Amino acid sequence: MNDLTTTQSTGSRPLSATDRPESRKFRAEMPTSTNDEALETVISVRDLSVRYGSFKAVDEVGLSIYQKQITALIGPSGCGKSTVLRCFNRMNDLIPSARVSGHIEYHGVDLYGDEVDPVEVRRRIGMVFQKPNPFPKSIYDNIAFGPTVLGYKGNMDELVEESLRRAALWEEVKDKLDESGMAISGGQQQRLCIARAIATSPDVILMDEPCSALDPIATLRIEELMLELKKDYSIVIVTHNMQQAARVSDRTAFFSVDVNDTGQRTGRLVEYDLTDRIFTAPSETETEDYITGRFG
Amino acid sequence: MATDSRTTGGLAVATSGARAATEAALKSKSNRDRTLNTVFVALMMFAILFALVGLVALIVFMFAEGGGRLTWGLLTNPPSTIHPDQAGFRTALLGTLYVIGGVVLLIVPLGVGAAVYLEEFANSERWWNRLIELNIQNLAGVPSIVYGILGLAFIVRGPLSLGFVAAAGSLTLALLVLPTVILAAREAIRAVPSSIADGSLALGATQWQTIWKQILPAALPGILTGIILAVARAIGEAAPLLLVGAVTFVTFNPRFFSDGYSTLPVMIYQYSNRPQEEFRILAAAGVLVMLALVLLMNSLAVWLRDRFERSW
Repeated sequence: MNDLTTTQSTGSRPLSATDRPESRKFRAEMPTSTNDEALETVISVRDLSVRYGSFKAVDEVGLSIYQKQITALIGPSGCGKSTVLRCFNRMNDLIPSARVSGHIEYHGVDLYGDEVDPVEVRRRIGMVFQKPNPFPKSIYDNIAFGPTVLGYKGNMDELVEESLRRAALWEEVKDKLDESGMAISGGQQQRLCIARAIATSPDVILMDEPCSALDPIATLRIEELMLELKKDYSIVIVTHNMQQAARVSDRTAFFSVDVNDTGQRTGRLVEYDLTDRIFTAPSETETEDYITGRFG
Repeated sequence: MATDSRTTGGLAVATSGARAATEAALKSKSNRDRTLNTVFVALMMFAILFALVGLVALIVFMFAEGGGRLTWGLLTNPPSTIHPDQAGFRTALLGTLYVIGGVVLLIVPLGVGAAVYLEEFANSERWWNRLIELNIQNLAGVPSIVYGILGLAFIVRGPLSLGFVAAAGSLTLALLVLPTVILAAREAIRAVPSSIADGSLALGATQWQTIWKQILPAALPGILTGIILAVARAIGEAAPLLLVGAVTFVTFNPRFFSDGYSTLPVMIYQYSNRPQEEFRILAAAGVLVMLALVLLMNSLAVWLRDRFERSW
């Protein structure tokens, strides 16, 4: 908490990776981060293409998400990074015109296999959305909803407290658990949504630009939380904010967008590597141009 | 702080010049604009007054005529043609309660169910779903007497053959107000942001759990308001009921499935048709009872809406 206040007190200076010694230390402590073989793959993607009707949104994406790491998907608007993210928990199923082709394997099982129930997928792969979307219920019921529909039989009070504590929200809301989840600040709402996702004990947490609607202080708290959560969860985050990717992620996938003659925009994966390499020594000039601010 | 007096003076002149220009610009609203404003405000006031005067006149006349009859006996005494001074609306009130109770039991599950289907399951690109939607909107505008004919042909006689019973009145009025309930419930369901459904589904809730535990509770205020307004309309209907049996002059308490029932509006119609002065007074008192009932229902609607109102 003290680190947080000192970092904020540096004023309007934009945050960069070097402002956060602890995050660099964290990475240095990860001996496996240079050795892909030792990490377990949670989600592996091959030749993934997504179409909306006749329009191809994402073309031929291939990458692997590793256990207990934070993987960031970055790139300019319209490059399909959110679309790719929403394939991982089959949220694209809710869009009638969306067609997914290629292979997404979750612990070796084809997520789009005939017998796979999207509801079961979502119970294991949780999601936090761009705009905080607490349910119009009490803070307590926001957390309890997921476990209840999944048939949780244990002590609900304990689970609610535990989830709120892990989302670093307990101290702020412990006296108003009966109040509406919509009556707290935007940053608190987003942490409530994270607590809600944790409460069902997922394996993977997907975050779709979780900080884009938040102010810098709330953003920083969410980032701290993500670093804490990755001890137990594999996290995939879509972000517009390159510094954020640099600060929190272990690996970064850079997406770009091709515009064809008719103005349709199709996203593709340009480069996927360790975050340090993407931001210090990218192998593609396109990546370098983007991270140095020359386009996008 | 040392200041250069010349510069300050120049600045002051510049400021006052800018101020004068701004003042002139801000005050430039023309007389024509102002007159038009006044005219429109007056027109809107007139519209409100027109509506209010009608209501106030009705209440005042009815009070002047039937106010003297407002006693508990008016509610608890059975109707009578021999002693109009002791006649009351007991059987008609009970008939109304029976008929409307049946209406509520029918329209809540049917109206909400249809709305959930149309909003959450129906693919609006399929022609039959669009046909259903179009039909519901049309049915909401069909005159109530047409439903009376339908009730007579299909419910009282025809396939159902219930006879002239309160249940037939319930069914007929339910059919009459069902389109309104469906439309209101659909609006309420549609107003629930999709982010709530997304959040619920992303937690691994099934579609049914999402509808039952997130969408319907969030849409509840709107659905309730729609139901109560529909019921308030059904209470006041006399025309379709006249066709499906509510014409009998009943002095005994009605029952749901046996012949002979009356309702408040039908009873008022009966009394007001009689030539004697006493019955006209009785009819006026009945109107006051009806007004109070509708006011009660609408207050309930407002209260429920405020109580469950949410913002997102």
